[in-house]
Amino acid sequence: MEETSVQPTHVHAPPQGFLWKHVFSLDHKVIGKQYYALALVAVFTGMFLSWLMRFHLVWPNTPIPGLQFLSKVGAPGGLITPEYYLSLLTMHGTLMVFFVLTNAPFAAFGNYFLPIQIGAEDMAFPRFNMMSFWTTFLAFLVLMLAFFIPDGPPISGWTAYAPLSAVGGDAGPGLAWGQNLWAISIAIFCAGSLLGALNFIATTIDLRAKGMTFMRMPICTWAWFITSCIALLAFAVLLPACILLILDRTAGTSFFIPSGLVVSDHLQPHSGGSPLLWQHLFWFFGHPEVYIAILPAAGIVSHILINSMRKPLLSAKVIIYSMMSIGFLSYMVWGHHMFLSGMNPASGLAFSFPTLTITIPATIITLIWIGSLYGANLRMDSASLFALGFISMFVTGGVSGFFLAQPSLDIYLHGTYFVVGHFHMVMGVAALFGVFAATYFWFGKMTGHMMNETLGKVHFWLTFIGTYCIFMPFHYLGLVGNIRRYSSFVNDFMGPLMPLHKFITIAALCTGAAQFIFLFNLVYSRFKGPKAPDNPWQGTTLEWTVPSPPPWNNFGDTHPIVYHDPYQYGVKGSKGDFIMQDSPEQATGGVAG
Amino acid sequence: MSTTHPSVVGEPPALISTPVAALARANARASSAAEASHSGVWVAIFAITMSFVAFTSALFVREGASGDWTHLTLPTILYWNTLTLFAASATFELSRHAIFVGREFRSASARSGSGWLLLTLALGLLFVAGQFAAWRQLSSQGLYLATSPNSSFFYVLTVAHALHVLGGMLALGWLVRQRLGGQPLRRRSFESTSIYWHFMAVLWLYLLIVLRTKL
Amino acid sequence: MGKFFAVVLVIIALVSAYPIVTHKYAPPVDISTHGHAIDEQLADTMAEAGLAFLGAQLLLAFFIWKFSGRKEGEKVSAIPSGAKIMVAAAFIFVGTEVLALGVFGQKAWASVYFTAPAADALQVQAQAGQFAFYFRYPGPDGKFGPLHPDKIDEGNANFFGLDPANDVESRDDVVAAEMAIPVNKEIHMLMHAKDVGHSFFIRELRIQQDFVPGLDLSLHFTATKIGKYEIVCTQLCGLGHYNMKAYLNVLSQEDFDKWMKEKIAEQ
Repeated sequence: MEETSVQPTHVHAPPQGFLWKHVFSLDHKVIGKQYYALALVAVFTGMFLSWLMRFHLVWPNTPIPGLQFLSKVGAPGGLITPEYYLSLLTMHGTLMVFFVLTNAPFAAFGNYFLPIQIGAEDMAFPRFNMMSFWTTFLAFLVLMLAFFIPDGPPISGWTAYAPLSAVGGDAGPGLAWGQNLWAISIAIFCAGSLLGALNFIATTIDLRAKGMTFMRMPICTWAWFITSCIALLAFAVLLPACILLILDRTAGTSFFIPSGLVVSDHLQPHSGGSPLLWQHLFWFFGHPEVYIAILPAAGIVSHILINSMRKPLLSAKVIIYSMMSIGFLSYMVWGHHMFLSGMNPASGLAFSFPTLTITIPATIITLIWIGSLYGANLRMDSASLFALGFISMFVTGGVSGFFLAQPSLDIYLHGTYFVVGHFHMVMGVAALFGVFAATYFWFGKMTGHMMNETLGKVHFWLTFIGTYCIFMPFHYLGLVGNIRRYSSFVNDFMGPLMPLHKFITIAALCTGAAQFIFLFNLVYSRFKGPKAPDNPWQGTTLEWTVPSPPPWNNFGDTHPIVYHDPYQYGVKGSKGDFIMQDSPEQATGGVAG
Repeated sequence: MSTTHPSVVGEPPALISTPVAALARANARASSAAEASHSGVWVAIFAITMSFVAFTSALFVREGASGDWTHLTLPTILYWNTLTLFAASATFELSRHAIFVGREFRSASARSGSGWLLLTLALGLLFVAGQFAAWRQLSSQGLYLATSPNSSFFYVLTVAHALHVLGGMLALGWLVRQRLGGQPLRRRSFESTSIYWHFMAVLWLYLLIVLRTKL
Repeated sequence: MGKFFAVVLVIIALVSAYPIVTHKYAPPVDISTHGHAIDEQLADTMAEAGLAFLGAQLLLAFFIWKFSGRKEGEKVSAIPSGAKIMVAAAFIFVGTEVLALGVFGQKAWASVYFTAPAADALQVQAQAGQFAFYFRYPGPDGKFGPLHPDKIDEGNANFFGLDPANDVESRDDVVAAEMAIPVNKEIHMLMHAKDVGHSFFIRELRIQQDFVPGLDLSLHFTATKIGKYEIVCTQLCGLGHYNMKAYLNVLSQEDFDKWMKEKIAEQ
């Protein structure tokens, strides 16, 4: 041993006082919950914005009472202006992609359960961990600030295509300070996510308990680990892109702004920049971001499904390898967002093949999930329902990817609601189903109280049917050629589609309302829910060996020792049909994996 | 078997340590946390490399995007700065030698090597000051951030690198403080800082080559 | 609960497929020479994706129906073939499907992007700006005058920034707010963005292409059916994005010549 320090120290001391226990806590569990709370605020805000958008699309002349107090300029008399619609759209996308889909499945649950599942006391760098949350929180505040400046939030969409996002206030409302706040917020967010990803990777590599080999890690731990590798690369590229964008906007540089642009009758004082450069940098981040959202959810769903089936997956290894290849391929496909952007048409073909190839590992994962159901003893609790719903959504969102991966079909479908339907299904709804499943599954562990199952099931049915009602029709609209990001449909061919739009809006309002059942369940169960046992679902992995909720140092004074692969289900154990990872007893007569 | 299961033996959530267990535990934990700093620094290097690859590919794309790419003569002081940064790497290695080589490791709690560490810190500071002089020199020639794409990339790349060097100097300063205070020094923390510090020199060399050939 | 889930899932799958199978929502009739390749590709993809969708959802529903709600502690088993068959199936079915789509799908793409416009194609320049399209024809001399962004003056209808006082080629250029083209004649469209990114989409023509500021792209196509078709912007370009549209007016050759004559007289 090279160490000179022999004091009996923990990674950090037990926290004292409210501030250090709940606010500036170094405890990965508190930080995980903080991420979850932030995602919860963001998701309800984002959902509220989508309500406003859907409402405005179908009842443009009906004032929304009280909205004028949110923005006097954007919604005079409660009627949303076209530019405010775009502000809502931008903020909806940014909140959902960054603060919900990155935070909830990855940062929140990853923070809480990755250290416990590998038998660690905390993250490798607890201080970085705390910083990464507070950085993310700061990013959130900066973004939300855009609602409260006279200019309003930016109107350039969550993709912030240059030069619209780069030339400043000339290009429209929200593009002066609103867009600055956006770019600063995203840059801060990148920094926070990089810190988080670094922590996840170092923790997984170095802090695994004795006997916890890589192949003995639960699938969701693997998913968080792979995701953090993806995130490390992705945010390391988005951060420079945001810096260059901020410089173009504030310092007069011309990275993304070409010469000779006349915006609002002003010849822009820039020259020679490349708008495509922004798109390349953005999508180099943007496509992997999809997998940052979906892989943790896929890992969580695998973890929950195995528990609900009471048997291991046909092959956890194949799922892990498939996730790795998805992660790897995700860096070779960003150009499929840019088929029609004017880049070399030959590169369109070059990006199309790896994109289509991603279908193969994705199909393998799906088939293993479905095939593993064969012969299962399937429980149907809320977590399980959402996990199964996830598979259905993943398939639905996945098959529409077939279309968009082909440049020739992109000629027709690009920029239509088909794309909106596709990514909402696969990245939005599917990932959120993973988050819901995780919440019902782990809430007891995280708070010490079980969630209400009846409310959970009601929530599932409304959400499952509701989201199909919202997002399936998006595909139909896209096939007819309905353009996305339009604040009203003045075109001849979009008028006849209005009944379908009305159906979607009503479905969105109902499905959104159903989420308040979930919110109520969260709050109610937190205080009034029955006490959670240590292992309510008869799980095998290490999070079920610690009390609910776990003490500040997770395993107390003991060191977990791991004897098994994570999923010893369908066997004869001393406690039932399972053997826990830290139990030395040997399985007899298990299910062939 | 059931003793590995805290909830079964009903261990209270608050921690009560027996000295022996705590010692064994401290050893195990200290080791893994320090190892984490080691892999942490490699992961960080990977991310920083990726960021600079993004910056420099932006440079290549931007160069090809239009005809306004001009020539920019690098201030000569940059080459002196390069020497400074590499000298700082060398003094860091000398401090390693002074601390860890040829002695019982137990004596590492003495203050040996803190002189070399201080010199490294000073050289790092000199490097940043030299970069600052280069920026001053360019701006006195009328070359500001927004003057041309070349000057834009010059400032962006050099400032981004200098900020990372300052980050390394924070870690270095922490080592110096440990040393001067006679506090125990973990080999792994030292190693992690040294890896990062040498990486700064290598990264600078890469940037210098890009700047020299492209601007 | 499992049986209910299965039933709901089957209903969702079938109801989702119904509008597709009945072509209730479908692209409008194609009026281009290259569009049939895209339509065929769309139909093929729809068939394959539809089968994958229905197959997976129905199988999922069937397994949930069969293997849920059993007694606690009941013996579980695994599908005898194990994971290998899943991997093999993914590789064989999806792999070939992907390869087929990838290879055949390139035909349509290539017909748009890998062919050169005919030498006698009619040149039209399209300019996109917040929030209108303008079109320019080279006029009798067959040459476009150069663009001067500093000369753009919307008040005086100088949308392109032409300088007829100094540029001879600009004097006979024809500028219009609608895109009139002759039927069955190849059009070589030059695309120019005035301010920010825009896109050019005509559903019936199966044409969509971004306008990229600083990067003048070109595209060629032939319309085969006389009529008026909407041109819409599909790249978010600011507050008036939803309202940025123009018309493609496909005319017979005689009508087009007449239209052009009137326009020249107006200039």
